[in-house]
Amino acid sequence: MTRTATRIKSQKDFFSGLLFIAVGVGFAWGATSYKIGDASRMGPGYFPLMLGVLLAVVGLLVMFMSLVVETEDGDPIGAIAWKPLFFIILANLTFGVLLGGLPSIGLPHMGLMAAIFALTFIAAMAGEEFKLKEVVVLAIVLAGLSYTAFIWLLSLQFPAWPAFISG
Amino acid sequence: MELFSHLSIGFGVAFTPINLLYAFIGCLMGTLIGVLPGIGPLATIAMLLPATYALPPVSALIMLAGIYYGAQYGGSTTAILVNLPGEASSVVTVIDGYQMARQGRAGPALAAAGLGSFFAGCVGTLVLAGFAIPLTEVAFLFGPAEYFSLMVLGLIGAIVLASGSILKSVGVILLGLMMGLVGTDVNSGVARYSFDIPELTDGISLLAIAMGVFGYGEIISNLGKDESEREVFSADVKSLMPTREDFRNMAPAVLRGTILGSMLGILPGGGATMSAFAAYTIEKKVRMRPGEIPFGSGNIRGVAGPEAANNAASQTSFIPLLTLGIPPNAVMALMVGAMMIHNIQPGPQVMTSNPELFWGLIASMWIGNAMLVILNLPLIGLWIKLLTVPYRWLFPAIVMFCAIGVYSTNNNTFDIWMVGVFGILGYAFIKLGIEPAPLVLGLILGPMMEENLRRALLLSRGDWTVFFTRGLSASLLAVAALLLLIVLLPAVRKKREEAFVQE
Repeated sequence: MTRTATRIKSQKDFFSGLLFIAVGVGFAWGATSYKIGDASRMGPGYFPLMLGVLLAVVGLLVMFMSLVVETEDGDPIGAIAWKPLFFIILANLTFGVLLGGLPSIGLPHMGLMAAIFALTFIAAMAGEEFKLKEVVVLAIVLAGLSYTAFIWLLSLQFPAWPAFISG
Repeated sequence: MELFSHLSIGFGVAFTPINLLYAFIGCLMGTLIGVLPGIGPLATIAMLLPATYALPPVSALIMLAGIYYGAQYGGSTTAILVNLPGEASSVVTVIDGYQMARQGRAGPALAAAGLGSFFAGCVGTLVLAGFAIPLTEVAFLFGPAEYFSLMVLGLIGAIVLASGSILKSVGVILLGLMMGLVGTDVNSGVARYSFDIPELTDGISLLAIAMGVFGYGEIISNLGKDESEREVFSADVKSLMPTREDFRNMAPAVLRGTILGSMLGILPGGGATMSAFAAYTIEKKVRMRPGEIPFGSGNIRGVAGPEAANNAASQTSFIPLLTLGIPPNAVMALMVGAMMIHNIQPGPQVMTSNPELFWGLIASMWIGNAMLVILNLPLIGLWIKLLTVPYRWLFPAIVMFCAIGVYSTNNNTFDIWMVGVFGILGYAFIKLGIEPAPLVLGLILGPMMEENLRRALLLSRGDWTVFFTRGLSASLLAVAALLLLIVLLPAVRKKREEAFVQE
């Protein structure tokens, strides 16, 4: 392998280190807004400050090693699966909004059934193939199953139907 | 015999028809979800936990124990049939188990895993019952300094046993400890890191993190792979029963695995994985009988030994949890979370204040194990059918069950969104090659560590040497240092890397 422009020897470790440093510094910085106190009288900021600094140090070490220790193929992170990432998270968000509504903007809840249908359709788009018929059947099965299990058998306090129907 | 009178209290509690039913349902659902490819025991338990909310504490714990064993067993089934270890402790089972499955001997492999686990579970339960009382007395010798040192030892143990880079595991644990601190500080009442979001003042939901990191993260990563890279089940299962020759080979392996697992499981830091690896190494060293298949190409001992060790260790790893209240590994950390939801704070006081619950739980572990054998050997055909369910039907269902499960905990949509946030983090972990399991352990231990550190230093008036001048605390820290030193030795380090790489 030829020497690439970057001198990073393990891409995975480099960015892990970066993540640790960012979170560690963030936590430590946040801790300073609370009372720190001293060892005999620890304030709410003492332990988080300690952990944050420690994590940042660990992050630095990880990053340092990623620049020094040779790896065979540079330990690439590889392509990021944007499509599944987007649709799975969107399915999750939509489910929450439909199930509970968004009181802050005055959106009423649409209930579990609508939420499950939306979730199944959006999540299914994350896969390689999207067969409409299959997805419809899957959504009906999942909705039926959930209604039986959660609303009938476990009688959980879920809004099953939209607010404008059930009131 | 005190031991038996205690066990009889336990069985008296657990052996009611309704509790047996819960144990059965727990095992069934645990196996059902656990067997699905791409869902490890952690995600399974997290997903099924909400199903126990409505039950009284004892029944809930019994069902949880069922779910726990079901999930573990389901994981081994997937490992053997699809060559897909759902968690670190079944990595070794895969080596010979999958080879057996490819030779059409999946049946005997699964039976060896099931019977071996059952035997190990029985022994583990007895060890647990026998050790519980003396260890609870030890627990009363523990002051805050000792607790803190023990938790340090536990975390070091988890680091040593996690697969992958040691430094990165340290980072993940620290990350978990910090996330555990989010929410209202019990001492000062200050809401830490809550960004003025009222939901965050109660802390981040353990379930949301577990489901996001282990459920969503895994799904996104799976979907990102090419379809051809996903392992598909192709072997067929002919007969289930091991031959007489198989029995002759596996019996001593099960025995060795059980002894090893029972001992290693007590150590804080997750004995299950270590004992599975150790058992496999031992089996490889034991002299072959004439005509035996070499290791790595389908030797039944390579399945029976590690599976027995793994199960014995998961049984005895309840010891540190129940006597000291400290979870030794990620799965146990989740169990602690579950118990706390049911208002049970695991620890030495459970045994004295609530003996029915304590012994009932121990008895239900044995019942869970027995249930598994009864359930799984006849139902194996069904589990195999489940493995052929296409992933494109499976993953929307998982996304849905995670979202519903976490919502049912607090009836709060905020938790659903947190699952999404942690799903992104979980995917980032996978991409960066960070092993996420220690995160859950840190999460549970975070507040406990802070509290004990605070108390220890308050008592010593801020003198940090208290951790080294108290004998018990000093020896715990010494063991931790020793463990760390051993893995950092170049020779051991190389071996350890090899052990985690080989598949």
